[in-house]
Amino acid sequence: MTLDFTPILPFMIVAGAALALLVLDLFWPVRLKWLTPLLAAASLLAALVVELGQANYLRAGLSNMVIIDNFSVFANAIFICSGIAAIALAYDYIQRTGINHGEYYVLMLFSISGMLLMSTAADLIIVFLALELLSVPLYVLTGFARPRLDSEEAALKYFLLGAFSSGVLLYGIALLYGATSYTSLHGILSAVSRGTADMPLVVVGAAFLLVGVAFKGGVVPFHMWAPDVYQGAPTSVTGFMSVGAKAAGFVALLRIFVVAFPPVAVELTSVMNFLASLTMLIGNIAAIGQRNIKRMLAYSGIAQAGYMLMAFVPFGNKAIINDSVASMIFYLAVYAIASFGAWAVVVAVEQAEGRGLDIDDYAGLGRRYPLLGVAMLIFMLSFIGLPPTLGFWGKFYLFRSVIEGNYIVLALVGMLASLISAYYYLRVVVMMFLHDGANITVRRNWLLSGLVGVSALAVLLLGLMPGPLFQMAADALLRL
Amino acid sequence: MVNEFLPIGVLIILAVALAIVVPTLGYLFGPRRYVPAKSRPYESGMTPFGPGTRRVSVRYYMIAVLFILFDVEVVFFLPWAVVFKELGVPALIEMGLFALVVVVGLVYAWKKGALEWE
Repeated sequence: MTLDFTPILPFMIVAGAALALLVLDLFWPVRLKWLTPLLAAASLLAALVVELGQANYLRAGLSNMVIIDNFSVFANAIFICSGIAAIALAYDYIQRTGINHGEYYVLMLFSISGMLLMSTAADLIIVFLALELLSVPLYVLTGFARPRLDSEEAALKYFLLGAFSSGVLLYGIALLYGATSYTSLHGILSAVSRGTADMPLVVVGAAFLLVGVAFKGGVVPFHMWAPDVYQGAPTSVTGFMSVGAKAAGFVALLRIFVVAFPPVAVELTSVMNFLASLTMLIGNIAAIGQRNIKRMLAYSGIAQAGYMLMAFVPFGNKAIINDSVASMIFYLAVYAIASFGAWAVVVAVEQAEGRGLDIDDYAGLGRRYPLLGVAMLIFMLSFIGLPPTLGFWGKFYLFRSVIEGNYIVLALVGMLASLISAYYYLRVVVMMFLHDGANITVRRNWLLSGLVGVSALAVLLLGLMPGPLFQMAADALLRL
Repeated sequence: MVNEFLPIGVLIILAVALAIVVPTLGYLFGPRRYVPAKSRPYESGMTPFGPGTRRVSVRYYMIAVLFILFDVEVVFFLPWAVVFKELGVPALIEMGLFALVVVVGLVYAWKKGALEWE
């Protein structure tokens, strides 16, 4: 047994920084409090550099519990960048809402370290560990605006449902262990292909895993927590959660199912097909009726999860799985960029005591703040998937891989759902430009403006030349 | 398969039987003397005072949480100690990392005043 932490070095950096900041933040005086977010961002940047240095570096580590491949590098780059964006989102917001405690950044770092571990997990034990490590800090962050009641309520709901879904996931792992006597993804695969596994149990275990992970990703019918939790949580946490937790759920789903479960694809493909259709339709239809922008974006996030799940349906088809994985994680990156932009706008518009969160409050904002309005237009167009934004290419590759897999009906449902979504996404923009409204003053802060600007530019410029980013996603192969 | 679990089955049956037989014996042969002290609520042997529905401070729960934390830590230490010689120095370092994480938690809780009673 040797100790070699290099495969999980980015994880060690982020988790170590979280531990150090937890203690440091207690001891340094109030006038040095600004150091905490700065050091948190610095540690994330360091982790990003190390992570990118691990590109094209295929290896397993820690007694084959973790595995490094380009897939994990790409996914971890998304997680780390979303962490940096989340710090920019939170810096001003938690100061003006009076919840400026250093623990905010520490909990966020812990959550990100869980995500970093998740994408490298080659063993179901690590998957479970990573899932808990990323979830538990999110439960606390959701309730961070204590004693605000809706924040506490959201935290409790999230905690109870999250604990329940973790239980389901653990039950699935136990069943798989019982059926194959392995917890490692490769062990399960080899036991199944040797024929020594108890197949009905493997299918049930895989289905339980699917449920547990689908909960994290907000897939219908395991989505009911999302709108309430997104609405109750501090907006900066919601932005982080809607990208980070969702992405982590899908990354885990990809890794587990593509590596270990192609043999049970026959049984599970129709289930996935059904879940994807249901998620796209219910997410988009429910979003239409929302008056609150946080709830609307929550349902929009559910619908986006449906699109991502759509590319995942042919996971047992060896011929096109690489295309599917590439289009799915490309879409994750696309969703992350546009999502952080949109949440930054929401944070900037939000007023004291939770006012300014209704879609009606956005009336007239586009005329008084043209740049903000145009940025929101870009994000919404990207969510719908219209050219020339990045969202178009995201959907383009998704639908292409679905059609390659011969799921024409599913692709048609996806198109229909996208059409429905245009209504509620554009309603925000119409409200901003074509209506007169009360005089809401938008918060001006260079971090928020920077986040909105960078996201909007990224969505536009990468939309004009999506090639390099897609190439990176296409190179992000899972090591099987 | 059956033989492996037979002792456990016998144990369960014995436990249930004992739980039924012993109180029944006491009920049949025990003397019954009613005194007022016997019908009072039991409060750890003290004379009960105050209403039974009064509010109780939940301050103790913080201590309980910390106790559970270190209790679980010890559970992890025990199997490690048993195979310590085979695993050697790497396991020592890993256990040190684990202990470090828990100690950071303790420092945090201490500094935040979770151990102060008032």
